[in-house]
Amino acid sequence: MIAFLRPRHRQVLLVAGAALVAWCIHALDWSWLPAYWPLFLRGIWATVWLTALTTVLGLVLAIPLGFAQAAGPWFLAWPALAFCTIIRGTPLLLQIWLIYYGLGSLFPQFPWIRQSDLWPILRQAWPYAVLALTLSYAGYEGEVMRGAFKSVPRGQLEAARAMGMPRLTLFRRIWLPQALRKVLPTLSGETVLQMKATPLVATITVVETYAVASRVRQDTFIVYEPLLLLAVVYLAIAAVIVLVFRHFERMVPTRTA
Amino acid sequence: MSTLELLALQPPGWGGNLLRGLANSIQIAVGAYGLGLAIGTAGAYGKIYGGPVLRDLLEVYTTVVRAVPELILILILYFGLTDLVNQILVEMGRDRIQISGVIAGIAVLGVVQGAYSTEVLRGAILAVPHGQIEAARAMGMPAGMLARRITLPLMLGNAIPGLANLWLIATKDTALLAVVGFSELTLETRQAAGTTKAYFTFFMAAGAIYLAITLLSQWGFARAERWARRGEPAVAAGAR
Repeated sequence: MIAFLRPRHRQVLLVAGAALVAWCIHALDWSWLPAYWPLFLRGIWATVWLTALTTVLGLVLAIPLGFAQAAGPWFLAWPALAFCTIIRGTPLLLQIWLIYYGLGSLFPQFPWIRQSDLWPILRQAWPYAVLALTLSYAGYEGEVMRGAFKSVPRGQLEAARAMGMPRLTLFRRIWLPQALRKVLPTLSGETVLQMKATPLVATITVVETYAVASRVRQDTFIVYEPLLLLAVVYLAIAAVIVLVFRHFERMVPTRTA
Repeated sequence: MSTLELLALQPPGWGGNLLRGLANSIQIAVGAYGLGLAIGTAGAYGKIYGGPVLRDLLEVYTTVVRAVPELILILILYFGLTDLVNQILVEMGRDRIQISGVIAGIAVLGVVQGAYSTEVLRGAILAVPHGQIEAARAMGMPAGMLARRITLPLMLGNAIPGLANLWLIATKDTALLAVVGFSELTLETRQAAGTTKAYFTFFMAAGAIYLAITLLSQWGFARAERWARRGEPAVAAGAR
């Protein structure tokens, strides 16, 4: 920290940055903030749980998708490859709208869905948001996991087989843990990307941080202040994600030359 | 009317609207990618050879742009840039102007792309063997000629995979302009789908178009990489 601050130009830049922040607080209009603060907190919470839930679910889906491509027979590898290509080749906004408007217009046509106990949940927007974000993360991470499974040294797998390890134990104890360790640094960046994708679900009426900010804009006609607050909130969440993953990476024993 | 007839190019069908949206999308993607490359080249050189202040400022630019969602950057820049231009015009005593959606879209996505391509190009330039640049300097090459003849051609092979990714991101990020009401492919699709209630038909058609762009680009960039790496010894690729 002290080494970071030692150069004279950094101190000047920091003072200039602080002055800019002070000017923003002083000169811009923040009178709306107390009234909307509780709503903002709810929005931030929605962003956090959407990111966390879809990351975990997406990773769970990505492991079989990657493994099928790395070591599976062709009738599993090809569909997995096609899924990853389609997800990575089309905009997420289009996928979200396809799932929300498409499935949302399809489901009510079946009486047995409308009468089921799940209907009150399916009538809301968030299940479609979770589904779209999960599939998207799975598509991108399936590709990453494919590389990770392939990069586990053959000697490790052969040694396990030579010890007479059953195939499932081999996967659980040797193949998967080593692949997961390899992708941890990549996952950190990908999870930040996933967090950055969450504001898109505001377009299908899910109330998260971005939706709250646009409501402030509509109610009060104040444009910049909510957007600036949004940028700061997302910067902070991104920093937290990077720190959490750095903690996980530290838990992995590494040997550096 | 069957669902496929809805995609016909002539007016009861909506195919013409989709194609118009596609033209807008491609126009913005190409413009933003070009602007991003220009910013990225300048930024990469600034990060490598610039003074300490310039380097710190570029670090702030790339970090902030890569940590804040594109949608929010687009909104801030979209409102901010048009406002700024108009304020400058009023100060100069001119009339306010209406900035067209295409120009604003290109400027906004270009600034976002610039941050990512700065990082890609910086890594690629650093991977150019030192001896090559030193040899050129020893021959007395001026800096501009050195960049044009030595550094940029040599780094191209390393940069193309990253730049290919950026192009694919650029094409997909044009969809975000739908949120600010710019009629590119995704928004045209939603309007068509909303009017006809044939959601699956239109969203899948648009998805197929985006996918075709992606697959075509991947093929093109693979060829470009082979071209950029011509003359490199084959061992260099195999030795890794």
